[in-house]
Amino acid sequence: MNTTRWLGLGITLLAPTLWVPATAMADTLEAVQERDSVRCGVNAAQPGFSSLDDNDQYRGLDTDVCRAIAAAALGDASKVNFVPLDSVERFAALQSGEVDVLSRTTTWTSSRDTTLGMNFTGVSYYDGQAFMVASDLGVQSAKELDGAAICTQSGTTSELNLSDYFRINNMTYDAVVFDSPEQSIAGFEAGRCDVLSSDASQLYAQRIQLADPNMAVVLPEIISKEPLGPAVRQGDDQWFNIVKWSLFAMLNAEELGVSQANVDEQLSSENPDVMRLLGQDGDFGEAMGLSSDWAYQIVKQVGNYADIYDRNVGADSDFNIARGLNALWKDGGIQYAPPIR
Amino acid sequence: MSVRPNARPAGHKPPFWRDRAKRALIFQCLLIAAVIVFLFYIVGNVQDNLSSRGITTGFGFLNNTAGFGIVQSLIDYSSQSTYGRTFFVGLLNTLLVGGLGVIAATIIGFIVGIARLSPNWLIAKLAAAYIETFRNIPLLLQIFFWYFAVLRTLPSARDSLAFGEAFFLNVRGLYLPEPLFESGFGLIPVTFVIAIVASIALVIWAKRRQEATGKRIPAYWISFALIFGLPLLVMLVTGVPITWEMPELRGFNFRGGITVIPEFLALWFALSIYTASFIAEIVRSGIQAISHGQTEAAQALSLPRNLVLRLVVIPQALRVIIPPLTSQYLNLIKNSSLATAIGYPDLVSVFAGTTLNQTGQAIEVIAMTMAVYLTISLLVSMFMNWFNARVALVER
Repeated sequence: MNTTRWLGLGITLLAPTLWVPATAMADTLEAVQERDSVRCGVNAAQPGFSSLDDNDQYRGLDTDVCRAIAAAALGDASKVNFVPLDSVERFAALQSGEVDVLSRTTTWTSSRDTTLGMNFTGVSYYDGQAFMVASDLGVQSAKELDGAAICTQSGTTSELNLSDYFRINNMTYDAVVFDSPEQSIAGFEAGRCDVLSSDASQLYAQRIQLADPNMAVVLPEIISKEPLGPAVRQGDDQWFNIVKWSLFAMLNAEELGVSQANVDEQLSSENPDVMRLLGQDGDFGEAMGLSSDWAYQIVKQVGNYADIYDRNVGADSDFNIARGLNALWKDGGIQYAPPIR
Repeated sequence: MSVRPNARPAGHKPPFWRDRAKRALIFQCLLIAAVIVFLFYIVGNVQDNLSSRGITTGFGFLNNTAGFGIVQSLIDYSSQSTYGRTFFVGLLNTLLVGGLGVIAATIIGFIVGIARLSPNWLIAKLAAAYIETFRNIPLLLQIFFWYFAVLRTLPSARDSLAFGEAFFLNVRGLYLPEPLFESGFGLIPVTFVIAIVASIALVIWAKRRQEATGKRIPAYWISFALIFGLPLLVMLVTGVPITWEMPELRGFNFRGGITVIPEFLALWFALSIYTASFIAEIVRSGIQAISHGQTEAAQALSLPRNLVLRLVVIPQALRVIIPPLTSQYLNLIKNSSLATAIGYPDLVSVFAGTTLNQTGQAIEVIAMTMAVYLTISLLVSMFMNWFNARVALVER
């Protein structure tokens, strides 16, 4: 084969790769159905939200959100391809189309929503940043942390909140920034820093992983709002709706008393709200390009919000985190979903 | 003017495509044009795609407030500084660990490389063991080893190892007294510079004198005495215009003085020790590349062993050593980007890590970071090529 032919072959092979980006954003649902799996960006190891269990299956609140999306879009909650991402890679992975949805304890902020070409679809967990300190320091409040060395993770909102909090309280600190939670906890255990700072839920999970959980306490102050939720690429409203309503469906199911355990009985319910949710009355899936039993599949295969909360971070888990802000609005929390009708 | 016998008569020039030089020129122009068009297409394509996805582009973000803290900074930095400033903080931290790493690796490497050729069995085997151990363990693991092994052995801030009342070592790092210069201190650096200039002049003069007359004076010892003695003398005469700020345990940590963070120490050790094992092999191969006859000839002149090395072997070995040494320096500087794994705030960790994340300007940030490493590497190569040309023996 001579040089010219090699050149021609090269151009033929290269050309399509140059045009791909322009079309990759179009129809996510179609791409997902064609592939027969949802690619979901998650944490590699954050117990309670996304981590591998003994059978190498991802377990956690964030991963159950992915499963709910798969149940709605494909009718099968197991058709999820989990892509572990670190906090630095996550946005690029979503922007470039490597994942269809990012469900990775990502805080919804204005700049992320408006400048990164992505849309947050809702809040799957209301969190806030807190501090964990070694118990033998005898610190009772975050206001006593002047001059402390603080381990945190790079590329997170935690880094920014820390700086704000210490500045407004006229305190100084040394930021020791690691690029993974494993290393920041190792730094904390080795005594490199006095304080580990992150979202409260993550701190509770990390505390349990310590060799001796009693060596550390989580301080009561919550210094920031951290609404964590799934995000999708801008420009595909249909997929945006699917992800948004998959989460709302789980919240509505909890509110209506439809759970994974009783969903089959509820199919014969006379309550019009339940009938609409489960597709017995009207077809609210059609407008999203889904089947009419999309919400039934979510609740049947994954559960309602209370199911996934209790299973992963709540009463039935090791962490036993109280519902708090994450209780439904009618139970004193702020989880509230628009109705399905 | 001579005329070539087969020159064609004027007016019958061959068509330009038959002229090899012109053909080559045309092809090169075409290639350059194709590359430019390709680049324009790529840049345009990226911009179109970014804007169609609602992703902000441009370098405007560099003027925004960064809002995060950095644990080690050689220039003034606070969380109120701009993202542009984080770039320089990261860059200087990279240069610091890279520069000190190059110096330490060179010193260790030369010592170990020469030790490896020592006639003393024990020294030679120890050097060989050093090289084989550190050369064959991945650098990232060595960084983790130094970081966590060292961290876990050191005591907490309250039980620091104290050396006198001035130096403290604990898990947070090494605390040193910081010199505070009083008025009148300005004389000392001036004398220091004068001493250096005088020493250089002395060495040149001594060399010429030796070449002309064969007489030698201990020029290096005299320079040494000049460079250290003169500033010391001035300091004593002016009444030691320095006060030392001692580190003091207050609250959680030591305050005051200079802090050397453990991330820096771990990274510096790991980079120096790892690269030194390669440099040692380069030095050994350079020395062994010199025919043994050279050494024997020098010994036949009854030169002592250190002069055989310094005057005969090393000058010839250097031209074998320097080109691969350059690659090792470049490797060391580029490897310093592994800093991000242990949280040392280098360019990759601060700028291509945190800044990238907070702003989301991946393409701009990564392009700037790559440009920096490219520039540093090219400058180092340039310097080493110059140095090589300077020290290489003139071939006869």
